[in-house]
Amino acid sequence: MKLQDMYQEIILDHYRNPHGRGLREPFDAEVHHVNPTCGDEVTLRVKVDGDTLTDVSYEGMGCSISQASVSAMYDLVVGRSVQDALATGDDFMKLMQAKGDQAVADELEDSLEDAVAFAGVSKYPARIKCALMSWMALKDASARAWGGPAA
Amino acid sequence: MTATAPRSTTERAPLPLDVAAVRADFPILGRTVRDGKPLVYLDSGATSQKPRQVLDAERWFYENVNAAPHRGAHALAEEATEAYEAARATIASFIGGQPDEVVFTRNSTESINLVAYAMSNAATAKEPEFRRYAVGQGDEVVVTEMEHHANLVPWQQLCERTGATLRWLGLTDDGRLDLSDLDTVVNERTKLVTVTQQSNILGTMPPLQPIIDRAHEVGALVMVDGAQSVPHQPVDVAALGADFLVFSGHKMLGPTGVGVLWGRAEVLAALPPFLTGGSMIEVVRMEGSTFAPPPQRFEAGVPMTAQVVGLAAACDYLTGLGMENVLAHEEALTEYALAELQAVPGVTVIGPVDTVARGGAISFTVEGIHPHDVGQVLDDQGIAVRVGHHCAWPVVRRYGVPATTRATFYVHTGYDDVDALVEGVRHAQRFFGVDAPEEA
Repeated sequence: MKLQDMYQEIILDHYRNPHGRGLREPFDAEVHHVNPTCGDEVTLRVKVDGDTLTDVSYEGMGCSISQASVSAMYDLVVGRSVQDALATGDDFMKLMQAKGDQAVADELEDSLEDAVAFAGVSKYPARIKCALMSWMALKDASARAWGGPAA
Repeated sequence: MTATAPRSTTERAPLPLDVAAVRADFPILGRTVRDGKPLVYLDSGATSQKPRQVLDAERWFYENVNAAPHRGAHALAEEATEAYEAARATIASFIGGQPDEVVFTRNSTESINLVAYAMSNAATAKEPEFRRYAVGQGDEVVVTEMEHHANLVPWQQLCERTGATLRWLGLTDDGRLDLSDLDTVVNERTKLVTVTQQSNILGTMPPLQPIIDRAHEVGALVMVDGAQSVPHQPVDVAALGADFLVFSGHKMLGPTGVGVLWGRAEVLAALPPFLTGGSMIEVVRMEGSTFAPPPQRFEAGVPMTAQVVGLAAACDYLTGLGMENVLAHEEALTEYALAELQAVPGVTVIGPVDTVARGGAISFTVEGIHPHDVGQVLDDQGIAVRVGHHCAWPVVRRYGVPATTRATFYVHTGYDDVDALVEGVRHAQRFFGVDAPEEA
């Protein structure tokens, strides 16, 4: 059944028990992204030390996909270099463009870990933007932090 | 888990429309979606499906008389013009208006923008007769908090262009329009009041008479947004007494790409054009131009002729069913759906919970499940609803919810569709494990 493909147990777990949620100090950049077609919102902060993302904190409201996506992203990017985090974001974008192609998901599994569970979302064009919102916010915030106060 | 929904005990009033016969006119309702599930279409509020009669009318136009109307003198041009103007008469008659008061636009959104831009163009019009409805600093425009973005953003923009002030009537906690400060919000400075006849998100039908009376008392124009009312209830512009009525063809069984601005003849006559170009002119010289009388003044360029003909066929179809019957049909479904949905623990209806002055748009939330996820589970069962803020973001904000799930009914909707919706909601609760919250 297709519905379970999208709502993998791992996604629902992240939705019910989000990792890293809450806005924290200190931070170098804060962004607010909305999905204007549905009203989903995320406020996201990044703290950068050298080229390392030492914290990503967030608050948001939205559907299970958008909320689980930001939680899985938190696990993937905190403690990594900004370049690695953005490269992982590119991989996630590839996954979202895969239209449910299992081969693409298999190839990206090492890079995306839990977030590969979002492969099923790529079969539902209307929901892809839900999964992508937090990654877009991270990209935006990282770019701002890069030009912001150096740690 | 073997839970099955308890059989409905809500009374089913006899429906005025023969649902099976109506459904047979809509080819798309025969298709399946999502691995063979029969389509349950509960999204007519976004756009309606089209009966064969409308599709046939468009095809007839293209196959038999296609030409640009009001141009040329060949046989096809004459017949196309005749078809276009006959359609205008049919559509005018559908709302109790005169043909020369009906302007064709793309949709309600464009109709509203037409008036908003005409009112700011009035300030700089070189013709004194076009300055009557000019808006500027010190003037006020009044909207309501329950408007669709289409009847809000154009007025915010008009105020930004002209220095006028936007004011609005608020909402009550039970989903009604709050008229307690009508006499102060609408005052001597008000130039235009615009209000929906049926909220696309709450279903509320606000009382228009006191608003129209107050607006006219202070010399303001009144626009009624009929995008959700003209398709679903009898509307008579003569009885209504407003100055403008806007509606969209695609929400009333007609084609996309055609909408209507009805305007009182003397008001339209005093408005400068919005879009300019071919066929809206009187005389054109290099130094300047003069303009045709309404409705041509507001119809620049070759119009959406086949779609206008299709919309007339939609009016004929609805007239055949009887708009009183359409209204009563949806009222019966709404009463049933409100009872059935509210019988599901965790479901909250956003908007009036009785059928008094209420149409068939039902927005609701399901505790513990985001509306998108509700919509996704419904979709998986072949049920098409709308989720999100429904282009009425201030309304969801007012009621403190991020979004809602919305079901809307039309002439082909029956009790079975409502049952499918309610069972679908219960299924979503089971899927997300929120059907028995006390055991969590």
